[in-house]
Amino acid sequence: MTLLAFDWALFIEKLVLIAVVIFGSLGIALYSTWAERKVAAFMQDRIGPNRAGPLGLLQPFADGAKLIFKEEIIPNSANKWLFILGPGMAMTAALITSAVIPWSSHLEIAGRIMPLQVADVNIGILYIFGAVSLGVYGIMIGGWASNNKFSLLAALRGASQAISYELAMGIALIALLMLTGTLSLKEIVEQQMAPGHYWNIVYQPLGFLIFIVCIFAECNRTPFDLSEAENELNMGYHQEYSSMKLGFYLFAEYVNMFVASAVMATLYFGGYDVPFLNESLLSPNVAALVGIIALMVKIVIFIFIFMWVRWTIPRFRYDQLMELGWKKLLPLALANMLITAIVILWLQHK
Amino acid sequence: MQSLTNRKIDVNRSPMTFAEKIYIPEIARGMAITLKHFFKKKATYSFPEQKRPFSSVFRGLHVLNRDEQGRERCTACGLCAVACPAEAITMEAAERLPGEENLYREEKYAARYEINMLRCIFCGLCEEACPKDAIYLSETYTPADFARKKFVYGKPDLLIPNPVTEPEAYQKALGRNVETTAEAFEKLKK
Repeated sequence: MTLLAFDWALFIEKLVLIAVVIFGSLGIALYSTWAERKVAAFMQDRIGPNRAGPLGLLQPFADGAKLIFKEEIIPNSANKWLFILGPGMAMTAALITSAVIPWSSHLEIAGRIMPLQVADVNIGILYIFGAVSLGVYGIMIGGWASNNKFSLLAALRGASQAISYELAMGIALIALLMLTGTLSLKEIVEQQMAPGHYWNIVYQPLGFLIFIVCIFAECNRTPFDLSEAENELNMGYHQEYSSMKLGFYLFAEYVNMFVASAVMATLYFGGYDVPFLNESLLSPNVAALVGIIALMVKIVIFIFIFMWVRWTIPRFRYDQLMELGWKKLLPLALANMLITAIVILWLQHK
Repeated sequence: MQSLTNRKIDVNRSPMTFAEKIYIPEIARGMAITLKHFFKKKATYSFPEQKRPFSSVFRGLHVLNRDEQGRERCTACGLCAVACPAEAITMEAAERLPGEENLYREEKYAARYEINMLRCIFCGLCEEACPKDAIYLSETYTPADFARKKFVYGKPDLLIPNPVTEPEAYQKALGRNVETTAEAFEKLKK
């Protein structure tokens, strides 16, 4: 009978948390599209969308409704199964990464401690790596199934780009792992919160620089948006897509951006830590709330940086992209790892 | 070669310096520029609500003028049609009959006067050619429409309202308070 005993409260708690995280990510991604258009407009001395609702705030819904009512076109020569699978894959891969991110410390409801993290797995960073690598499958499958030479070229570019930059990203993270000694994201955040400790950005500035460049490449954002290069490849891998399938691809990019921002904030900027504030003095529920707000502020700043870069820096040429990845970032990441290792050893044996 | 303006900038083809090669400072410089623009005053006019002030020599839609007593000034001499490089103007002349002295200033007038607004290039040469000060270009610019033939403007579309019988409409048509595309659309919906 004990086998059948099931912690229903835990089940419901996690279900609610998953729903909140998923709908929260989607909602933030929705308004990222609005923010992107506004930021683009402001940086080009324009106003941006301002007709749908006050300040154009209903624009994302108008866009969504438009995409849903557009005609679904599946090319005759396309592989139908994979063609439909592609956008779903992109969206799923973007969303599952959020499972291991600690959104805040924990809530206490009726004596029950409810951690605000879907799964505190002890291999959190490995999980993120796995999920981020999955993201390229959406591009690959979509580009391959379209049976279009431009889509295929874009997919090939996307895949080689993701592989090249994952390497440098991994090595930059290894330096961070040597510092923290754990793969669990929650523990990494708590280490940064501990008194006498600074955020990891202080110990790993070069590592963070490499990491953020690689994250840009992994999210297919400018200057690394070679797989959807409008002017060379006619929108790249999603050229043949229409209606909400296109919407999913475009949307997955923004979900990716949101999750990547959360990962960066968690790993290098103290996660839900508020600087100069001792959270243990507050009651747990208030601390949790303050933590969520702090994390969200950090995420919004990162999303703004994503957009800021997009409207400033032009796209790399393919050979420049490869050269930056293999000849610059990879050696730099290796040197960073080596120096970190030497400093850690030196501090231990002093 | 001698430069005609002082705006010429020579392309710098010297090899990149170390600071340029490591790329980061240049990115920071670029991002500073875009951030500056982020807080700059916007160049946009929210068109239907906000209108751009025109220069005093703006060349918009044509208006056929009347004199102070409300008589048409045009005598159908055809100089505007001859001057028109786009051949957008056609007219038919007619003789003024006794009793029409309050309608037409001279003894010859334009019975039919048409400008094809799809041909017109708004150069203003008709205005310059006119010896009678009968045609001029206002501040109104072409409103949208759904049919091509509606862009062939006849006398009813072009004539300015009579300053004697409809002084208000005349003031409005002087070009200071002109109908915009949005207003025309609004009227169409009614």
